[in-house]
Amino acid sequence: MADVYLNSRYLGVVENIQAFVEDVKDLRRKGSLSEDVNIFADDRAKEVHLFTDEGRARRPLIVVRDGKSLLTEKQLQQLAQGELSWHDLIRQGVIEYLDAAEEENALIAYDEADLTLEHTHAEISSGVISGITTALVPFANYAPSSRIIIGSKNQKQALGFYASNYHIRMDMDANILHYPQLPLVKTKIHDVVDYAEHPSGQNMVVAVMCYDGYNMEDGVILNKGSVERGLARSTYLRPMGIEELRYSGGLVDEISVPDKDVKGYRTEHDYRHLEGDGIVSPEAKVQEGDVIIGRTSPPRFLSGLDEYNLSAATRRESSVILKHGEHGVADLVIITENEEGNRLVQVRLREERIPEIGDKFTSRHGQKGVTGILVPPQDVPFSVSGIVPDLIFTPHGISSRMTISHLIEIVGGKVGALNGRFVDGTLFEAETEESLRQELQGLGFRDDGTEVFYDGRTGKQMLARIYVGNMYYLRLRHMVGNKMQSRARGPIQLLTRQPTEGKAKEGGLRLGEMEKDTLIAHGASLLLKERFDSDRVTVPVCVKSGLLGYFDARSNKLISPVFGEDSQLSYVEMSYAFKLLMDELLSLGIYPQLELENKY
Amino acid sequence: MSKLSEDTMKEYEDRLPPALIQEIAASLPAGIAKDKLIKICDRVVETYQKARVNAGECVGLVSAESIGEPGTQMTLNTFHLAGVAEMNVTTGLPRIIEIFDARKEIKTPMMEIYLKSPHNQLEQVKKFATKIKETLLGDLVSEYALDIFNQCLAITFNSALLADYGLSTADLIKLMKTKLKGFVVENTAGSITLIQKGKPEEIKALYNLKEKIRLVKVRGLKGIKQVLPVKRDEEYIILTSGSNLKDVLDLAEVDGTRTFCNDVHETLAVLGVEAARSLIIREVFRVIEEQGLNIDIRHIMLVADIMCVSGLMKGITRYGVVSEKASVLARASFETPIKHIINAALEGEIDYLTSVVENVMINQPVPLGTGLPGLVTKMR
Repeated sequence: MADVYLNSRYLGVVENIQAFVEDVKDLRRKGSLSEDVNIFADDRAKEVHLFTDEGRARRPLIVVRDGKSLLTEKQLQQLAQGELSWHDLIRQGVIEYLDAAEEENALIAYDEADLTLEHTHAEISSGVISGITTALVPFANYAPSSRIIIGSKNQKQALGFYASNYHIRMDMDANILHYPQLPLVKTKIHDVVDYAEHPSGQNMVVAVMCYDGYNMEDGVILNKGSVERGLARSTYLRPMGIEELRYSGGLVDEISVPDKDVKGYRTEHDYRHLEGDGIVSPEAKVQEGDVIIGRTSPPRFLSGLDEYNLSAATRRESSVILKHGEHGVADLVIITENEEGNRLVQVRLREERIPEIGDKFTSRHGQKGVTGILVPPQDVPFSVSGIVPDLIFTPHGISSRMTISHLIEIVGGKVGALNGRFVDGTLFEAETEESLRQELQGLGFRDDGTEVFYDGRTGKQMLARIYVGNMYYLRLRHMVGNKMQSRARGPIQLLTRQPTEGKAKEGGLRLGEMEKDTLIAHGASLLLKERFDSDRVTVPVCVKSGLLGYFDARSNKLISPVFGEDSQLSYVEMSYAFKLLMDELLSLGIYPQLELENKY
Repeated sequence: MSKLSEDTMKEYEDRLPPALIQEIAASLPAGIAKDKLIKICDRVVETYQKARVNAGECVGLVSAESIGEPGTQMTLNTFHLAGVAEMNVTTGLPRIIEIFDARKEIKTPMMEIYLKSPHNQLEQVKKFATKIKETLLGDLVSEYALDIFNQCLAITFNSALLADYGLSTADLIKLMKTKLKGFVVENTAGSITLIQKGKPEEIKALYNLKEKIRLVKVRGLKGIKQVLPVKRDEEYIILTSGSNLKDVLDLAEVDGTRTFCNDVHETLAVLGVEAARSLIIREVFRVIEEQGLNIDIRHIMLVADIMCVSGLMKGITRYGVVSEKASVLARASFETPIKHIINAALEGEIDYLTSVVENVMINQPVPLGTGLPGLVTKMR
């Protein structure tokens, strides 16, 4: 006797759990029930759960009956010849999809050889225990799982060819890799997901060695010659748009070159890229501060008094202006209408990104690194045969992370490049290291992948042989160009008069509480004062009342808030934040009195 | 040491601490010449002066950083050695926080009891340990039987345990007779029966009796929940969980010079503030060493000094040390600013801007290091 639930909703009771479950499964395999139905018997709770709802992760398995796989040799041949399709197998009940719940009732064999009478299913391939992005890591069974996960996550950040219609799309922060390639060492999943249609890396010649320490602590060294020939070059695309909004009273925005009498008019120079319609001319090189789309808005909040004010009646400037640090080429201009029928103008900015120091690269094995230097081509180490690496990877990255798959890919890539073929690195089914080594030896190279190298600067032979080969390297989207920022003087906050925070606002880097402590610990208190001078103010303080006074420009006198002109006021230097605190205390009804004494 | 040398050394009394002078005297070769001795002493004075902290050195901040930085690396879970008899004692960061906050109720109070010479061998120690362990009647009972018809409660004791403790049923009956009024205590076969005197009331009284009996103290000191004799070097000592320093020190067998408990407040009450200060230093340093960190003990000594200067125990909290700060602004910038500012406004407090935080706030040089010296010459 067991309760039956359909999508977690109570349905009824069955007498015999096993018989019921088997019935449902049989019906599903025969096709009488939808293949989307899954059933799960909870023996302990005496419950049977049927699931038909959407959103369950399900995976295909081969059905096993009496210890024998239902998938026959004949069917495999028919599949290969195209006489049978995947869906035919599902319809025949040879393959079925299980969800997480039904898996609890199944005993799944990893391999056909493991099959016993108790098994209910078999894996189609033992490699399917991984997800799609994880399956894109070659030789994944030769690396710790943690690294494979990192590797698969890194691939999601790689620049590539994300959509073939990218040139007419307006995606935010799009990156397109120039000359993307298919990996020489690939997995079967690369074919399954049509990786050739959207590749995201390049096959680089990688040498595992040090070069003056420029690749220490996960650095990578790039060959400047390769970079100048277009290695890992990419384009950064960013759209910016604006609408002609409608306001109450029939007022509308207008996209045009603003008139000079518009409120907030910038300099004529800033509008120089605009064409007659108020939109940049395509292929114009624009810098920060330049206007991309000119727009004026109707005056805001017309109140009674403003009718006498001439400037209030004029229109306001509300153009799209490039912010601090932004620059590029106007790539594409689209003029259209949005859902509300307002005119919408979008401009896409294009920027060529050549790899530079600080850009991030990774192999597919969680071995990411940041460019430490671009070595001039004549200084790059070279092999006997004249092969020059595109990228130099540090050997210290291997020992602690134990990514043997990274090393095997180098050999695999080398074999692939030399023999002009793709190498299979599918999880659990990859070509063996021995076979790759033998093939490499047959091609006239050392089987361990090392080669005699010469220092490009001195021409001397290196003491050690260098491990070199081809690897699929990915350029990641974290580029210094988007992140680097510095400031000396710049914008400040209105309230505290301290520097703004964050790159977008051209902000400073905060010298925080603990950093303050380090300066004090060294006794550098005058230096500390200088550091905190960013909001320094000099204010007149009334000696009698101890309150902050002010300078009255009309009478050219200092005025005390309590005694007016009948008091002595002294200028005192303090932080604006403290002046603000005093004002706030006043607003609390607390009288913060400053007692002045001679500094000397 | 010769008279001459002694006189020479006397001249250095105002320049060197007595401990150093003794150390020099102890290591001098016999019959040393006076000029050589002066040379030696001058070198010592020079080195001693160099080792002293400079004026304007912010020792507190350096201590805070020196303890705080390794503190971030401390593991929260402590290591346990399998198979070694040990007590469950809080260590690591929680223990350090507990000490520096000067908590009244610590998580695991414990004591290390040292015994005087003839008593510190295994047999005696074992005996002593059972003697001081707080034993309640409830610990010895194996079964309570409530007889509703006869309005009585029959208690069966664990005879094996009784033997361990060296107690007889007669002892327990005697104890119960003194502790429990209004009940007749009878020894029936294998158990003790308690019958309510006078009129039979509700069974509730019997239930209450059962609870009461469990808490009757048979022997031992209050608060000593567990005892564990442990060999330390050549002698046996007793580790206890739970502490009762005052009563333990009253016992004749106990070596009061070495026995201690890990409760700072208890130590303060029993042994005074100096003992409490040493305990803070000892306990914190032990934790730091346990974690394999290396912090100079002087940093901890400074913190302990600050906690104890007033003669009371002040934690490094807003109720303790911080509340003692002279500056309103410094207190307000730590925690609960509104409370401090409002109270300062009510009292008309004056901030003389003599310390660090308040000067950072108003952007004046802090009176430390380069900010300390002022102009001597007066401007005319």
